[in-house]
Amino acid sequence: MNYLADVGALARKDLRLELRSRDTILSMTLFVVATLVVFSFSLPAGAGEEAAYGLLWVAILFTAILGLTRAFAAEREQRVLDGLVLAPCDRSAIWLGKAIAVFAFLALAEVVALPAFALFFEPVSWEVVAAVVLADLGLAAVGTLLAAMAAASRARELLLPLLLLPLAIPIVVGGVGASISDDPGRFLGFLALYDLIFAILSWASFEYVVTE
Amino acid sequence: MIHARGLGRNFGTKRVLRDLDLDVRERDLLVVTGPNGSGKSTLLALCAGLLAPTAGELEVDAERGRVGYLAHEPLVYRELTALENLDLYGRLYRVLERRERIGMLLERFDLWEARHERVSAFSRGMQQRLALCRTLLHDPDLLLLDEPYAGLDEAGATLLDAELGALAGKRTLLVATHEPERLAPLATGRLALA
Repeated sequence: MNYLADVGALARKDLRLELRSRDTILSMTLFVVATLVVFSFSLPAGAGEEAAYGLLWVAILFTAILGLTRAFAAEREQRVLDGLVLAPCDRSAIWLGKAIAVFAFLALAEVVALPAFALFFEPVSWEVVAAVVLADLGLAAVGTLLAAMAAASRARELLLPLLLLPLAIPIVVGGVGASISDDPGRFLGFLALYDLIFAILSWASFEYVVTE
Repeated sequence: MIHARGLGRNFGTKRVLRDLDLDVRERDLLVVTGPNGSGKSTLLALCAGLLAPTAGELEVDAERGRVGYLAHEPLVYRELTALENLDLYGRLYRVLERRERIGMLLERFDLWEARHERVSAFSRGMQQRLALCRTLLHDPDLLLLDEPYAGLDEAGATLLDAELGALAGKRTLLVATHEPERLAPLATGRLALA
């Protein structure tokens, strides 16, 4: 119970900070919509839905990177992570609280992005929505771990995409597959499996990331 | 409570601490002095467990949740209020009667009226007082205080004097400071780093 209470307190803190600044959600939302607008002009006529969905997943991935680069900004600013790490709570609670907040920010950005995609490109099916939700879970899980690693580095803006992009390739494969395949269930299952594996790995390894 | 043998810490090729032997008993108050860059903050961070030694051995006989660590930065969120910051730490440190304890500390450090203000609006001295509240919130057994007088005006420094006077002899304290004379009446030992 203490663990869940810690996670809840940490996630609420992040949501409260974001409600006050609105920095992350606003920049993510503007970025994803602007990207889709640019893509709508850059995609040749008759390029087909496959290409359009490919671009959607590129936009989602880069929007996630934008949000993740800011994920530990408040902790980095005043070395608050040191204070959290010294608390007697399980350190994985810090990861889980942050990952929940990151997931919420991603989901909010996509509440705007998916209708924008439908407006500029193709109607959005339930399979696409399910794939986006599963992709957000995976991106939040692995992205939060990598964002914590990158936060300690001076080259964090460069380091995070370098670390995340290779690990996010399965998410793009699963997302595009679920969006265009005749058998989306297979790809949704693949995304769910990815989420499970990387959530467990991130949960178990966070302690080693935030301590020497 | 703290035992170090041949303790050393490097940052890259820079050697900050080297070959330090240290014994701090329970309820000691050790004043750590030295010029900038002599390794005072590094020693405290090592004792807190935030850094790992690169040489020697360090044994700190205190659980993670029983250490109070005051750093150069207040370790609080700038866009949360004083009350929200302390409430978060109080939850994570499992402080019993959290609200009463927070209220008492805010009153004691003269921050009660500013409890609903965001830390970003605080002066340097107010931030230091809040950092002291955070450090003392869970009534730690071991206190590691890095420049506790930094940023405090005379009234704040007097409050801190009284607080340290009440803790001396009851808790173990390591205090890194450029004002060792302030703590001379309370100190049981002094470590001068070169």
